[in-house]
Order: sequence, then C-alpha cells, then structure tokens
Amino acid sequence: MSMRTLPRRLGIAVVMAVIVGFLSIKLNTFRDYQIAEVAVEVTAVAGLTVLTGLSGQISLGQGAFMAIGGYTTALLMLHLNWPFFIALVAAAAVTAATGAIVGVAAARLRGPYLAGATLMLGVALPTLAVAYAGAFGGDQGLNVTFTTPAFLGATFPLTRWQAWVSSLVALVSLVLLANLCYSRTGRNWRAVRDDEVAAALDGVNVALTRVLAFVVAATSAGLAGSLLAIVTSLVAPGAFTITLSIALLTAAVIGGLGSLPGALWGSLVIVLVPTYVTDVATSHGLSSSVGSNIPIVAYGVVLILVMLAFPQGIQGGLHRLLTLFTGPDPKTRTSRDAPTPYVTPSADQAPASQHEKEGTS
Amino acid sequence: MKRTPRLRWQAAAITTVAALTVAACSSSSSSSSSSSPGAGSSSSSSSSSAALTASAPGITATQITIGSHQPLTGPAAPGYSEIAPASAAYFAYVNAHGGVYGRKIVYKYLDDGYNPTTTASVVRQLVLQDNVYAIFNGLGTPTHLAVVSFLNAQKIPDVFVASGCECWNDPSYPQTFGWQLDYVREGKILGQYVKQHFAGKKVAFFYQNDEFGLDGVKGLSYEIPASMVVSKQSYVPTNVNIAPQVAALRASGAQVVVAFSIPAFTALLKLNALKLGFNPTLVVSDVGSDPITLSGLLEAFAKQGGSKVNGNQLTNGMITDEYLPALTASDSWYTLFKMVHDQYEPKAPLDGNFFYGMAVGYTFVQAMLKAGRNPTRASLVSAIEGGLPQGPMVAPFAYAAGDHLGATGAYMGVIQNGVVVQQGSVLTTDTSASGPITTYTGTEQQAPASGIPSP
Repeated sequence: MSMRTLPRRLGIAVVMAVIVGFLSIKLNTFRDYQIAEVAVEVTAVAGLTVLTGLSGQISLGQGAFMAIGGYTTALLMLHLNWPFFIALVAAAAVTAATGAIVGVAAARLRGPYLAGATLMLGVALPTLAVAYAGAFGGDQGLNVTFTTPAFLGATFPLTRWQAWVSSLVALVSLVLLANLCYSRTGRNWRAVRDDEVAAALDGVNVALTRVLAFVVAATSAGLAGSLLAIVTSLVAPGAFTITLSIALLTAAVIGGLGSLPGALWGSLVIVLVPTYVTDVATSHGLSSSVGSNIPIVAYGVVLILVMLAFPQGIQGGLHRLLTLFTGPDPKTRTSRDAPTPYVTPSADQAPASQHEKEGTS
Repeated sequence: MKRTPRLRWQAAAITTVAALTVAACSSSSSSSSSSSPGAGSSSSSSSSSAALTASAPGITATQITIGSHQPLTGPAAPGYSEIAPASAAYFAYVNAHGGVYGRKIVYKYLDDGYNPTTTASVVRQLVLQDNVYAIFNGLGTPTHLAVVSFLNAQKIPDVFVASGCECWNDPSYPQTFGWQLDYVREGKILGQYVKQHFAGKKVAFFYQNDEFGLDGVKGLSYEIPASMVVSKQSYVPTNVNIAPQVAALRASGAQVVVAFSIPAFTALLKLNALKLGFNPTLVVSDVGSDPITLSGLLEAFAKQGGSKVNGNQLTNGMITDEYLPALTASDSWYTLFKMVHDQYEPKAPLDGNFFYGMAVGYTFVQAMLKAGRNPTRASLVSAIEGGLPQGPMVAPFAYAAGDHLGATGAYMGVIQNGVVVQQGSVLTTDTSASGPITTYTGTEQQAPASGIPSP
C-alpha cells in the first residue's frame, strides 16, 4: 500500500506529470489556467499540511508567506530583470529565512495562541503593500510579465506553459516533502506532535524541530506565492488576504491533515468548487445578487459535509472506503515502529481514532 | 497519541468558524437588483439571417457573446452592482427588437468583488473558456489594470471600461477604450468650479489611493492653485476606517473638500465628518455621488453604527458633475431608459447607476452596428476609432485613431432632495494642463424613437 521508497515516489511524480501534461494538451486553455491554480494551491497546502498535521502547529499565516514569495519574485523580475526560475529560488530562500524568524516565536506558542499569532501575521503583513505603496504598488499591486520561452514557438498557449511550470514546481515540492516526512526529521515531527516530553527524553531537540517545520511550510508557501505571481501576472494584497490563509488551512483539513495526497484533494475542492458553482448559478439564471454569493455558501456546505462524512478528510475517507473492500492493510498493523506512511493516514491516524472511540464508548 | 484527534478538531473548528465569519463579512452587497443576467429573452423574427456568419470568436450567426467583470459583492458593490443588470436589460430590449443585425447579445458578467486578483481569474475564464467576443464595461480602475495587458496580448476588444482612468488611452493598449468622462478632464472641470466659487477658502482633497484618485487629483491641480490646498488625504478601498483621514481634514481647517471616491467612501467621509462636527462643502466626482445610492448607503451605515439619519438630507448641497442627462421626465433618454427599466428590470432602483448601465449598453450597440454585419474583433476597434455619435452623453466622445478616451465634457450640478440639479451649461476640455475649459455649443442628441441606435 504505502509507497515509502524514493524510486516509488519519483515514479508517482512522473506518472502525475504525464497526467498533467496530457490534460493540459487535451483540455482548453482555461482548464490549463485552473491546473496552474491548483498547482499553486497544492504547493502551499502541502507545506501547511506537514506543519499542522505532522508537527502539530496550526498556522493561519500561510497566505502571508505566499505574499512574501510573490512580492520577492515580482520585485526581482521587475527591477533586476531576473529570469523567473532564479527569482523562484530567491523567493524560496527569502521566505525560508522569514519562516525561521516567525518559527522561533511560534515554537513558544501552542494551539489557539499559535493560531492567533499567525492570524495576526496573515492579517497584517499584506497591508504593508498598501502602507509602502511606492515600493509595492499599493492596492493595485505589481504587474508581472511572464511569457512562453521562444523554443516552444509563438502559438504555444501561455496558460499551458504556466500550468507546466507550476505543476513541475508542485511535484518537485511534493517529492521533497514526502522524503522529508520519512526521514529522521519527519519522525521527530511526529514524536514532538504526540508528546513533547517523551520526544525530549529521547533526545529530540523540540524547539529546533518545531522551527524547522515552520521553515519548511514557509518555503512551500514562498514557492506557491512565486508561482501565483506568474500565473495571474499580478501581485496585489487582494490575493493574500486572510481569506487565502483560511482557504489553505481549509484545503489541508478537507483533504486530510498530514496527508500529501490530501493536499491535492483539498486544493481541487477550493479551486474548482467556486468556479463550478458560479457557472451553475449563472446558467440557471439566478439574480446576480444571489448568484454571486452562492459560491461562498457552497464552499461552507462542502466544508461541513466533508467534516461530517469524513472527519479525517477526503484522503482519510478514501482510505476507509478502500479498506472496506480490501480489508485492512496488513502492513499498517504490523509495522508500528516503521515510519508512518505519508500517503495513507491509516498508521498515523487509525490508532488515534481508536483512542477516540475508546474515549467515547 | 491523544493529541492528534484533539489537534484535528481544533483545526477543523478554527477553520469552520473563520470560514463562516469571512462568508458573513463578504456579502456586503446592498444591491437590490434582480432578474437574470445574460440575454435570453423572447425572440422576434429576424429575416435575412442567411448572410450572417460566425465572423469572429464569440460571434455566431445568431449570437454575440460578451463578458465583463463587475463588483457584485465587496466594497464597491453598493451602487455599482446595478450597472451590469441595467446593461443586460438594455440588451434584452435590443434583442427583443431585432438584435444587432439579427444577432442577440449574450452578456455574461462575473463577480470580482473589486479585488484585482479575482478580476485576473474571472477575465481569464471569460476569455479562455467562454470565448467571449469582447470584454465590455469591465468595472474599476485597480481591477481592470490587472487584466488590461492580458486582454491586449490576446487581442480581445476591451471596450468602454467602467473607469475614467486616463491610462486606457495608451498606445500599448490598442484594444482598450474608455467611455465615461476621464478623471483628468473631470478634475479640471470640478477644479475650475472650486476656483471660481470658493476663492479664498481652504480646500482639501480626499481621494482613492490608486490611478482613479491620482488622475482626479492631477486634473484638480491643473486648475486649483496649490496655495488654496491645505490637505490631501487618501484611502484604500479595503480599509473602511477612514477616521484618521477625516480628523486630518478637519484639523487642516478645510472649508471645501473635493472627493474622488467610490460611493461607499463618500458616505463614510460624510458620516465621519458628521461625527466630528465637521461640515465642509463637499465636491464629489461623478462616480461617487449618485444621490440615490449615497442616501441608501448613509442610512445603512448609520444604522450599523446604531443611529438613524435621513440620507437625502445629508446629501443636500453636495456639488458634483454629470456627463449623462439629468434624470428628469422631460428628457428623451430618461423616457427611453425608464421604459426599458419598467419592462425588463422593474425592481432595480432607477438611479444614476442604472442610467449609466443603459447608456453604456446603448453605445456598445452603436459600435457593433458600425462594426458591420459580420464584424471581426479588428473591425470593432476600427469602428470605434472612426468616432461614435455621442448618444446619451451630454458632450461628444473623443474617440479617434490616437485617442481612446470617451466623453469629453460634463455639466456641474448640486444635489437637492436626492436629485442632481444642473448648474450652468455643459463644459468640455482636454486632458492637458493648459487646455482651456470651454462651454459646449453643440446640441445634445435625442433618443431615437425605436430606442435602438441607427447604424
């Protein structure tokens, strides 16, 4: 069941790359744009789901890190004419550094206090763009020029190129995150999440482990923000409101906290549901004042339904459905001391849910 | 091990509460518009459809599909959310009376919440997925600036942007056309009035901190000597707390405040000033001064703050300018638009925003008729560059090969009992610092009896 070796993970990534490539050529250019949007979300949500699901730190500041990544990219491309891929790496480095600073503060806070502190970051940071409008373009933001490279020919659609670039970055991030989750670092995260004292007794540096998780999440967000800049050709504070941070956490929870495939499911939901519902609402001739508010309602309904039906998120639900047909995976039972598989929350979460049941019965 | 479920529930709870809060906050639209967007109305027989071809993307033998981004929710929704339904109502009227050379106009407008990032997304949907022929009347300066390069790169006609930014007149945007009076001309006309009527008084500016407000201030500064200006305060549409700016205006001792603001912020300016006992003469640009919208907003905001005000009383004496005829029963355009309103969108308030939506719809039909029986995207652009009749506007359009701005003039007015009362004659000018402001001597056009422009 679980794909825990590097070649296997690379294999999955290659298969997904082929699927994305195939879809981007088969579907229309707007779907390409949506593929790019999903890839951006996946990159940010994957970092967040690791931070929250594995290291146990809730963050409502992921959108702020995306803003840092986005503005870094835009400023470097605008003023220094850096090529996008170098600006992308620079954006990741800058957000990693910021993540380390915030992580040091965050490592001292727990639960709702941590959520509150990161909420403040998520609310306050994007408004800096308005406060320093000269450098950051105020509410209007900065326009980013991104074109298809010459070797693809003049007729190659820009949105397809954007979809490819974003998906590539997303897949590379997913592979790296998956490896990290299975490494010593990943084990430390889980150990710290489950019991800090026990982890410390085992020689885990609790503070460092927690800060590292923050750095990883911030870097993912920085990459996502950088991608968003070239996908929408715009970096503006309106893109990085607190709504975005909440949407990212929502995607992580809907998909299944701590699960990287869950990050994909969650991102698909938050990108596709609003567009789909808007289409349905307008094609059924609802008045604009009703129709324009329906996506927000639908979003809330989906959120509530998923949490009712699959408390462990979509990935958890899928896994539960799978075990109904195939029976429990023997590996996840026997290998309790083996690293927790990142793709299946079973070993990670099934014991926990047993505790839950014991507690309530 | 016990931590995991608790953490999961915590995350779920925080997410749910936060999402619900955001959902509740974001639906601030006070629009009361109704009826279906898009065209779909009763068909009338149109002969000679044989010669009609699918001459351009978005154009079939029977339909012209156009799209737009509009603030149906969010800070700019009050007032502005009525514009697109009004245009749609006018198109429904045209469709029911033979359409444009027999083709029906399908108008698909999507909500961008006045957020440039959302604009970027919905406009791509309209262009890439819905394959619209043109983007029509995309609303807002900061929002439309987010898509103007994309639209021009895709060679999509980007006609009659609902913003008076001078930036639409840019040789690098050959597909883009303004429509309403640009903010520089408007600033000059307002500025001249202030200079003539408030000589020796202290003047302050209150403006939206983007190209919209800055263009307006530019026009104002061409006319009002710097020695008269005691303070310049700006706001951003995402932050409704403008108490510090209003306090600064009051501290400056300003006796006249000239505002380039959207309706919600004109209302907030008035209410914040009222709270401080600060009562300057307000001179407000056309886009932020529709009396019916303002009156509704003033009453709604005051109610939120737990007090009761009379909206019409508060807007009394506000000075503004208008580039569309006054809403009076004797005007032929008012008669036409009221007839369409009563037939297709009777529940919407018949205010300046509705009038605006109808008028810009009229100009679009005019341009499409001029673009030919089987128009291409290029033929629409060259049709507009060849100049258009002014239609409902009080002054001619500037459209020419080198000029993509719309209306060139307006008249001054004072709001009395919820109506803009014209003061003096129509004034026209250009966008240069030294260009004179002259009285318009041409005559205004009358609405055609059919209600549809002739080709």
